[in-house]
Amino acid sequence: MEAFTTHTGIGVPLRRSNVDTDQIIPAVYLKRVTRTGFEDGLFAAWRNDPGFVLNQPAYSAGSVLVAGPDFGTGSSREHAVWALQNYGFRVVISPRFGDIFRGNSGNAGLLAAQVDDKVVLRLWDLLEAGPGTTITVDLTTRTLRAGDGPDAVEDAFDLDDYTRWRLLEGLDDIALTLTHEADITAYEQKRPSWKPATL
Amino acid sequence: MGKTLAEKVWDEHLVRSSGPTGDEPDLLFIDLHLIHEVTSPQAFDGLRLAGRRVRRPDLTLATEDHNVPTIDWDQPIKDPVSRTQVETLRRNAGEFGIRLHALGDIEQGIVHVVGPQLGLTQPGMTIVCGDSHTSTHGAFGALAFGIGTSEVEHVLATQTLPQQRPRTMAVNVTGTLPADVTAKDLVLTLITQTGTGGGQGYVVEYRGPAIEALSMEGRMTVCNMSIEWGAKAGLIAPDETTYRYLSGRPGAPQGDDWDAAVAHWRTLVTDDDAQFDQEITLDASAVTPFVTWGTNPGQGVPLSGAVPDPLGFEDASDRVGAQKALEYMGLEAGTPMREIAVDTVFVGSCTNGRIEDLRIAAAILKGRQVAEGTRLLVVPGSVRVRLQAEDEGLDVIVKEAGGEWRGAGCSMCLGMNPDQLAPRERSASTSNRNFEGRQGKGGRTHLVSVPVAAATAVRGTLSSPADLEEL
Repeated sequence: MEAFTTHTGIGVPLRRSNVDTDQIIPAVYLKRVTRTGFEDGLFAAWRNDPGFVLNQPAYSAGSVLVAGPDFGTGSSREHAVWALQNYGFRVVISPRFGDIFRGNSGNAGLLAAQVDDKVVLRLWDLLEAGPGTTITVDLTTRTLRAGDGPDAVEDAFDLDDYTRWRLLEGLDDIALTLTHEADITAYEQKRPSWKPATL
Repeated sequence: MGKTLAEKVWDEHLVRSSGPTGDEPDLLFIDLHLIHEVTSPQAFDGLRLAGRRVRRPDLTLATEDHNVPTIDWDQPIKDPVSRTQVETLRRNAGEFGIRLHALGDIEQGIVHVVGPQLGLTQPGMTIVCGDSHTSTHGAFGALAFGIGTSEVEHVLATQTLPQQRPRTMAVNVTGTLPADVTAKDLVLTLITQTGTGGGQGYVVEYRGPAIEALSMEGRMTVCNMSIEWGAKAGLIAPDETTYRYLSGRPGAPQGDDWDAAVAHWRTLVTDDDAQFDQEITLDASAVTPFVTWGTNPGQGVPLSGAVPDPLGFEDASDRVGAQKALEYMGLEAGTPMREIAVDTVFVGSCTNGRIEDLRIAAAILKGRQVAEGTRLLVVPGSVRVRLQAEDEGLDVIVKEAGGEWRGAGCSMCLGMNPDQLAPRERSASTSNRNFEGRQGKGGRTHLVSVPVAAATAVRGTLSSPADLEEL
């Protein structure tokens, strides 16, 4: 996984709440057996609408998505994270994330930054008033910054310590767990014999 | 202080604990890892790239469900991309020594129907799958939750998962469900009350007399939809109903092992002095047939109600959400739900595709006809369910009523196979999600119980069995 420290990129205001993973990428796009190429399915239904935010040139090269509450609810498909990354997003900002989506983001290297509802509202206003405005997200200090002057937004975001550390270091979870292999073996030896097996 | 059921199961699976002040997650051992074709290929690729093996193929089970056709299942899959994905699972299962129930196998079916019916889903287990409806298995008192593909790879390689300890919530369901009101109506009512994020961060225990009175099928329906209100998992304490269901199934313990297992399972209840982080109460007696009008499972009303007016929502984002949902659904505020005409009725899915569900549907359809202009699709959750239903003559009842009787799979629940809605086509569906485009691009979904689905098929508009003429 690529390490993440800070990122500055164009902010994309997605004025919607309850963006479930079926909206992020519909099921018919999940048939690939690779981790790449999913950008064609990103927000597939909405991208037919010429007015959709990513169809506007000022936002189309965006890399920081700003969405309403309950982003990434529903299906466990990690393809939703890959689709955002494949498109070019490095960060999603929302007041609340679906649990599985947030976990998948941490594992795949997409920063899911949780902020107050008010911060999202201010970012939306700022990004719509000045299309192409960039947002800087600093994982070392867990802060974000956008715009200048009286409308500038500068605030903290939430991300648990463990995920932050892994993202900063770009660490592979499996390698970390395998350092505890002796503990796993010890656990396996004391499991009851009546637990079911598939083979 | 005592422990809740969820805490007991959690603690029994601790390989490593970070301790009370540590920020490192706990490392949990996984008793059963279920796999299907959609969320596993990249995980196996990751193993190959890193030169890793599957640590416990004997605790892993694969089935083909999301992508498979429900007609001509003895033929090669027509869609080449779907076929490649299914063939990739077959290759991976072969290479890594994993048991696979492929299309055509008698044990094939939806992963969350297959695990319980094989008796592999048991109380007190940890069960994961790259599918959010893994919470279904919580009906047996297992801690079961959906994971992403990176986590699938992690479990394949280590048989463990690093997890932050969740908070616990009790949903106390008092009273008794009225006639023709099902577990589905109960859980849809709950989700509308809590909203799609109401359970976020919690493992939920459903308890109380109305839960204890449910069959295993009903309990699975309730636990299945835990994710739809944001909960990490939902579970129900095992009891005699659970043991009766499990006894004699191929994966269940036998003889002395059975006695040892049951003795342990009896300890898997929330202690009297345990504290939940949150508790909510719901009166089952007040629940009526319940349907959704919007584009998330929390946008529902009683069938006797009407499409709500977006202006009536206090919260601004709920107002905007309701407005967008009505536009997408092609509905006008104030329209009585019973006047909404439906093009397709889908009975099936991991929520309502079990034998009990098909029996309920058939009992209502028997001697009646599907309304003109309405299509009824009945898709058993597994091959075993289909064969059992056919033994009981349920397929004949469905076909004589004018419905289509299909092979096992996820089918129209998510429309990855050819079973999809056309744009603007409206369905009454016993599945779990009414998201935009979930059942096909532009398709409009109303989530319903099995009795409502069957009655709707007969009348052509959203209906309950009480609306049908007596035979």
